[in-house]
Amino acid sequence: MLADTIAAISTPLGEGGIAVIRVSGDEAVKRADSIYVGKHSLEEVPSHTVHYGHIVDPRSGERVEEVLVTVMRAPRSFTKEDVVEISCHGGLISVNKVLELLLLSGVRLAEPGEFTKRAFLNGRIDLTQAEAVIDLIRSKSDRAFSIALKQVEGRLSKKIRAMRQELVEVLAHIEVNIDYPEHDVEELTSAFIRDKSDAVIAQIDELLGSARQGKILREGIVTAIVGRPNVGKSSLLNELAQENRAIVTDIPGTTRDVIEEYVTVAGIPLKLLDTAGIRETSDLVEQIGVERSRMALAEADLILFVLNYGEELHDDDRQLLQQVKDRQTIVIVNKTDLPGKLDMSAITEMFPEERIVRMSIKEGKGMKELETAISGLFFSGEVESHDMTYISNVRHIALLEKAKQFLQDAIASVDAGIPIDIMQIDVRNAWEQLGEIIGDSAPDSLIDQIFSQFCLGK
Amino acid sequence: MQYDAGHYDVIVIGAGHAGCEAALAAARLGCKTLLITINLDMVAFMPCNPSIGGPAKGHVVREIDALGGEMGRNIDKTYIQMRMLNTGKGPAVHALRAQADKLMYSHQMKLTIERTPNLTLRQGMVEKLIVENGVCKGVETKTGAQYFSKTVVLTTGTYLRGKIIIGELQYESGPNNQQPSVNLSHNLRELGFELVRFKTGTPPRVLKESIDFSKMEIQPGDEQPKFFSYDTVEPPPGEQLPCWLTYTSSETHEIIQSNLHRSPMFSGAIEGTGARYCPSIEDKIVRFADKPKHQIFLEPEGRYTSEYYVQGLSTSMPEDVQLKILHSVPGLERAQMMRTGYAIEYDVIVPTQLKPSLETKLIEGLFTAGQLNGTSGYEEAGAQGIMAGINAARKVKGLEPVILKRSDGYIGVLIDDLVTKGTNEPYRLLTSRAEYRLLLRHDNADLRLTPIGYEIGLIPEERYQRFLHKKRMVEQELERLRTTKVRPEPHVQELLEQAGTVVLNNAVDALSLLRRPELTYEHIERICPSPYELTAEMKEQVEIQVKYSGYIEKQLQQVERLQKMESKKIPDDIVYEEIHGLSTEARQKLAKIRPLSIGQASRISGVSPADISILLVYIEQYHKVLAARGS
Ligand SMILES: Nc1nc2c(ncn2[C@@H]2O[C@H](COP(=O)(O)OP(=O)(O)OP(=O)(O)O)[C@@H](O)[C@H]2O)c(=O)[nH]1
Ligand SMILES: [Mg+2]
Repeated sequence: MLADTIAAISTPLGEGGIAVIRVSGDEAVKRADSIYVGKHSLEEVPSHTVHYGHIVDPRSGERVEEVLVTVMRAPRSFTKEDVVEISCHGGLISVNKVLELLLLSGVRLAEPGEFTKRAFLNGRIDLTQAEAVIDLIRSKSDRAFSIALKQVEGRLSKKIRAMRQELVEVLAHIEVNIDYPEHDVEELTSAFIRDKSDAVIAQIDELLGSARQGKILREGIVTAIVGRPNVGKSSLLNELAQENRAIVTDIPGTTRDVIEEYVTVAGIPLKLLDTAGIRETSDLVEQIGVERSRMALAEADLILFVLNYGEELHDDDRQLLQQVKDRQTIVIVNKTDLPGKLDMSAITEMFPEERIVRMSIKEGKGMKELETAISGLFFSGEVESHDMTYISNVRHIALLEKAKQFLQDAIASVDAGIPIDIMQIDVRNAWEQLGEIIGDSAPDSLIDQIFSQFCLGK
Repeated sequence: MQYDAGHYDVIVIGAGHAGCEAALAAARLGCKTLLITINLDMVAFMPCNPSIGGPAKGHVVREIDALGGEMGRNIDKTYIQMRMLNTGKGPAVHALRAQADKLMYSHQMKLTIERTPNLTLRQGMVEKLIVENGVCKGVETKTGAQYFSKTVVLTTGTYLRGKIIIGELQYESGPNNQQPSVNLSHNLRELGFELVRFKTGTPPRVLKESIDFSKMEIQPGDEQPKFFSYDTVEPPPGEQLPCWLTYTSSETHEIIQSNLHRSPMFSGAIEGTGARYCPSIEDKIVRFADKPKHQIFLEPEGRYTSEYYVQGLSTSMPEDVQLKILHSVPGLERAQMMRTGYAIEYDVIVPTQLKPSLETKLIEGLFTAGQLNGTSGYEEAGAQGIMAGINAARKVKGLEPVILKRSDGYIGVLIDDLVTKGTNEPYRLLTSRAEYRLLLRHDNADLRLTPIGYEIGLIPEERYQRFLHKKRMVEQELERLRTTKVRPEPHVQELLEQAGTVVLNNAVDALSLLRRPELTYEHIERICPSPYELTAEMKEQVEIQVKYSGYIEKQLQQVERLQKMESKKIPDDIVYEEIHGLSTEARQKLAKIRPLSIGQASRISGVSPADISILLVYIEQYHKVLAARGS
């Protein structure tokens, strides 16, 4: 962990959709080269040069992404280690694919703040900055931790725990055979180990399939535009998308279903959801639309809550305000061109000033302020969640792939007649890789399992 | 009346398995050493099972021997049965286990100690440590004798405030009805040590003549016994004695079930934490109610006694119930119980109060080792004993302590676990505790540790030369195999076919032939005999190193990666309260454990990778500030 090779997406999708993956460490060049095809091997090119080529999946030979690669050799780099930067422009999916291939090649996903930490430890950053570096590591890790924690609950972790349980039972059995050879526990047969490994591999494959799908669905920060009917939600979507994507009329209840649109605001990818105005209604179709709006609201990472400056605060507004106040919300007070009837103090009491944007879509006012508010939230890290979900998704996939590889090795060892205590290493590695996904790496749990599964002792 | 009873370099308290190794190591390193113990008839006594070794534990005995300790030699001189276990598995888990002649083992160790120069053996009950300004200066006995020294090694086993429990009966006692050590426990508490209560137990013993062996399965020793010590060349005189296997019956289980209310385990009379590793029979039957029967091994306690140890029947049931239990076991219907099984509770020092050198953080010059530190087992005790003895002696000489790494041996794993993580039950070594099991083999203990033993001064020149010779021969032979070409000649092809492996198309080197799973070194010898004179041990070494090279290589790489973390030292005087970015839990744990290296810090539970990063940044700044001040 002190000098192994690490990688991370170092810039979120910037303007023009370019993302940079940074790799740092002794093996940075070698590892990057193992998934790169270009005119020259990266190991041969001079320092501080840029190269055009392709990232290729070494297992299938498939071209994944067209890239520009910069090689910077130690000590003339940010971390004073060998650094490779891979610029991709094919959107988040291919950036993540590239990162995934790097992780599979043996590079480790950087911990929060780790590049900065290395830069400091290697004398690149002045020692007076130690406090700042410590703060950065602390805040980034805490944030990553809380996000990881959120992910650990839920279906994925349940499945992983189940797989780990199957593996740990096998492991405990192997260990008992080793540590208590005279005990009346039957010796594990190779057929049993092969079957178990196969079963877990099948489960991993299933997870990998859905993880990949999940990635495609979840591109960008899910941003829901919500509010009462006729406040200007669809107008806002059209304005942000810079095209007439949604129908705009002066009839309340125009939008009946959720409309999706991908946009980039201040370099941040958003998956915008325009929703039906939320109100009590007897119209069946509109009711369904309102229901969908509420679902979109529940799933969103970021909420753009729209109010009409020209009307008084309505009961429906109040209810919605309660719902969004503890979420990542920006309040948009639209139609400021109209005479003000809205009681602003009700809003300024609940939200800090930087979360309130006054705008008039009609007159094209307030767009810059909205961008600032969104990027403010994003770069303070509060809306990082999606990006992070994403990165940890890549991490999950890489860990799942590695676990699978270890199990395949275990099966190969079984077939080659390798002694059980050596084959055990592979099963154990698979178990540990899965544990990393859910942040459970306590080695003692194997020993606990041995003594709860078997009756041992003198 | 107190009086000055003499001055020493090192004083060791308690002549159990830890104390004997500690005292011998210190004396052999040239320190004037006193070994003081409650009863001289109990030197290196085995109050529980009459055996030494087995997986992980046997590895430790090899390691003690490779460092220049006594346990391996002593058991080789006094065993009555020797078996290599796990021979059907890989070489890393082959494990030697001996049945000891309990009395001979004790006598032999006592004799060795008596004949060791610089070492004084003395009977006495230490009641107090002499401590001045946080430094241990000696000990004081019940009779008023004050012995002074530069360092003290405390190895009180299960004697500290020992209490024996048999059913409803409880009394203060050390193991086997020895006098317990009560005042010393109070003294340690007064000095500020945190003590906790642990529990262990032992089964009844029965008379050989009353056992019906015809109902049991015989368990003989190996025909070609191997030895623990690299010094041993021949077995002790006399035939090996067998052990016997039988099982509990449904009647046994019924007796226990219907008497559970009289068991101190379940009535709440026992407060100490017992090990999951050696549960009592009542424990097993309650926790694993579905298991219809449990194994019982009958093990002879020695050549010149008829006492048999009933392995598997450890119990603290009342004596009358114990008799019923015994008699319900096939073959023990008429067994005459010679000693009653019992549970024993004792005080343990919370081992996170120790440095990796086994010196206490609280009192300079005071080292502790063995069951006192919360472990179980003779081997674990011996391992700590030799390390504490070495480090107590080195402290006297003003040398840095010797600290074995987790990748050096099971001893390193054991001590690191104890001082870094602590333990909430008697700690037993298991091979699964070692992350580099493939490197920590029975066969290569000498390669791992003898250079260290030599460097310390415990391995004599002659033995070291013998070791170097072996090492050289193995390397030469490996080189020969690497460079010897085997051609597809008829006799070679025939041999390969016989061995069930594919024949050759082209010439290959002998090394890659040996790598084939179907072939052993013996085959290679027949194909291309070695010009060197190789012992069986050397051939074994060659074979293992070749056959498992891929896996060994992988683990070595892991070790190397972690090595960087191990070698990153944390300054002694670091003040964790000052590092503002650490999480509260990490700060408290770090301040308590005071790890020596970043590697050790990272193994403390509750210290996250982010905390480690912050620590690294802080240390870097700390060094730079110091350097700037210095210049
Ligand atoms: N005066 C004024 N009118 C606006 C502004 N923004 C939008 N409007 C008008 O308000 C009306 C409603 O706009 P929409 O965008 O359809 O409103 P909506 O919130 O999507 O309404 P529903 O889909 O019915 O929930 C339209 O006539 C817009 O032209 C503004 O800033 N000022
Ligand atoms: Mg609309």
